[in-house]
Amino acid sequence: MKLSAYLDGLGLLGPGLGNWPSATAVLSGVEPYRPAATVLPVPTILPAAERRRTGRVVKLAVAVALEATSQAGQDPARLASVFSSSGGDGQNCHELCQALSLAGREISPTRFANSVHNAAAGYWSIGTAAMTESNVLCAHDASFGAGLLEALAHVAADSKPLLLAAYDTEYPEPLHSKRPIPDAFGVAMVLAPHRSAASLARISAELTDLDYERMTDPALETLRGAIPAARSLPMLRLLALRQAGRSILEYLDVSRIEIGIEPCA
Amino acid sequence: MKPLVLENFTATSCIGRGLAETLASLRGQRSGLKICEFETVDISTHIGEVSGVDAQRLPAALHRFDCRNNRLAELALQQDGFFESVQRAAERWGRRRVGVFLGTSTAGILQTELAYRERDPVTGALPASFEYGSTHNSFSVADYVRQRCRLEGPAAVVSSACASSAKVFGSARRMIEVGLIDAAVVGGVDSLCLTTLYGFHSLQLSSSAPCRPFDVARDGISIGEAAAFGLLERMPDGLDSGSVLLLGVGESNDAYHMSAPHPEGRGARIAMQAALAAAGLEPGDIDYINLHGTGTPSNDRSESQAVTSVFGPTTPCSSTKGATGHTLGAAGALEAVISVLAIRHGLMPGGAPTTQIDPTLTAHYIKESRSAPIARVLSNSFGFGGTNCSLIFGRAG
Repeated sequence: MKLSAYLDGLGLLGPGLGNWPSATAVLSGVEPYRPAATVLPVPTILPAAERRRTGRVVKLAVAVALEATSQAGQDPARLASVFSSSGGDGQNCHELCQALSLAGREISPTRFANSVHNAAAGYWSIGTAAMTESNVLCAHDASFGAGLLEALAHVAADSKPLLLAAYDTEYPEPLHSKRPIPDAFGVAMVLAPHRSAASLARISAELTDLDYERMTDPALETLRGAIPAARSLPMLRLLALRQAGRSILEYLDVSRIEIGIEPCA
Repeated sequence: MKPLVLENFTATSCIGRGLAETLASLRGQRSGLKICEFETVDISTHIGEVSGVDAQRLPAALHRFDCRNNRLAELALQQDGFFESVQRAAERWGRRRVGVFLGTSTAGILQTELAYRERDPVTGALPASFEYGSTHNSFSVADYVRQRCRLEGPAAVVSSACASSAKVFGSARRMIEVGLIDAAVVGGVDSLCLTTLYGFHSLQLSSSAPCRPFDVARDGISIGEAAAFGLLERMPDGLDSGSVLLLGVGESNDAYHMSAPHPEGRGARIAMQAALAAAGLEPGDIDYINLHGTGTPSNDRSESQAVTSVFGPTTPCSSTKGATGHTLGAAGALEAVISVLAIRHGLMPGGAPTTQIDPTLTAHYIKESRSAPIARVLSNSFGFGGTNCSLIFGRAG
């Protein structure tokens, strides 16, 4: 069974990849990949009080979602959404576990409210006034694939445009040693059931047993393997090249996702 | 949406292991809430604890998944022939054609909380025995159930706070409808941990008494734990008239506040209306509403307004959280199972231990369990972040 949708906008932020246009140059081989710490912008769509409360995971998700919706020329409030992440806010989780391990166990109510896995989706809906449905997934290392399948199924089943955001941030020690995500990486896509002037490419996806693709650049392959949302990189490379083609993404142990790309331009 | 058949279902919470005990407790309006003596917790509150979770063992090959949350999942999988019915579905449809979509809010975070007490005094490192991916990570429960049942279809955890395991019905519905799978194990598993007990306490949202949804003196939630599962399948050609169907799913966001519901229940109203529209039903077609009904002053006020704005003041409704506690990420699936039991057995469960209904709440809240023919039930689940989901179940015949 093959699912498909039109890609109307992309957002990307990761180590040495500041946004989709700059990532395009790197992924298409025009510029070399130079790893550097991910710089997360302040989420200006949030009211000042909310902005102060948000951690890295919210800043990351909001940044890539805004880039994708703005490129698609879509009002975020009209889009359904799928948020997928392998973990929540790592720093926040550490602070809560630390406080609970000490006598007194006094934990911050704001930290607790922000500990929900759907914090980014919640802040996004507050910041954009989106009352549309949003789903929030976790599939550990398979989180990008899980988000993509959920998003494509949603677009196909309900014939509605949708925002997909997949993102991961790092844990501080001591959790970092157990879950060594090195830095923040996020990708967002606006997917639509029908072709429009905004459409960049037609994307199709189906499950396969075939082996998944690696990045040929060693540093990009390290990134792909280290951060779950970066499992999207082989697909993003095809999009950056603006070439028709196929790519197989890592997903769950026994199954992978074969992606087909047909550029619209 | 195209209706889906609920081939089998089960629930385990503080009011019972499996359906028979759960039904008997609901009929008798027995609450499973008791004073909190969980772990080293020193908060004055009541909880809905499932007995025997600590004694539950996982198969040796899946030992790395060992934690309270997965033990509770295993315990529940073994009730009501659920595990066996999943195996039959896998044979019927093929293992690649059965998905797993489960809701949880905290998964096995208790393992991490305990591990933080055992950090190396010099390096600060967590103990070597601590397994992050198969216990702490939210996906661990879906991964456990998937590997336990040897399913190979798409899998994910939905973690959107207290609406998580209602929203899994939506994920499964979409994937079945577009033909990616033919069946799915859906459900929710959430277990007691310090994060939620101390967290709701810090927000002053938990009651020291057993929670009393819709009561004039309600003052907060009682946290519970539960595991509930359903086996959803695409409609067969011939259908048993005793079958129960998933008829509608409606989802929305409040876009209002991270930890407080919209005062007039704006998002809740949209979710209920969307579920009715998906099912092609009118408000008058719903015989009973299983409320989110947490027992906080703000939730019950906003939910009552939302319910009344859609259904008017006459549709009977109640919250079963006074019996089970608020099982957070498992609440949607647990209350889906209770809704299906209501249909199967013609039971509107009374909302014990509420004694005096808040006169300012206009929804038709029922305190006493009633026997009545029930064709269709709507179940509400709302969560932090302003996430809302309503499900509609109905009899096939």
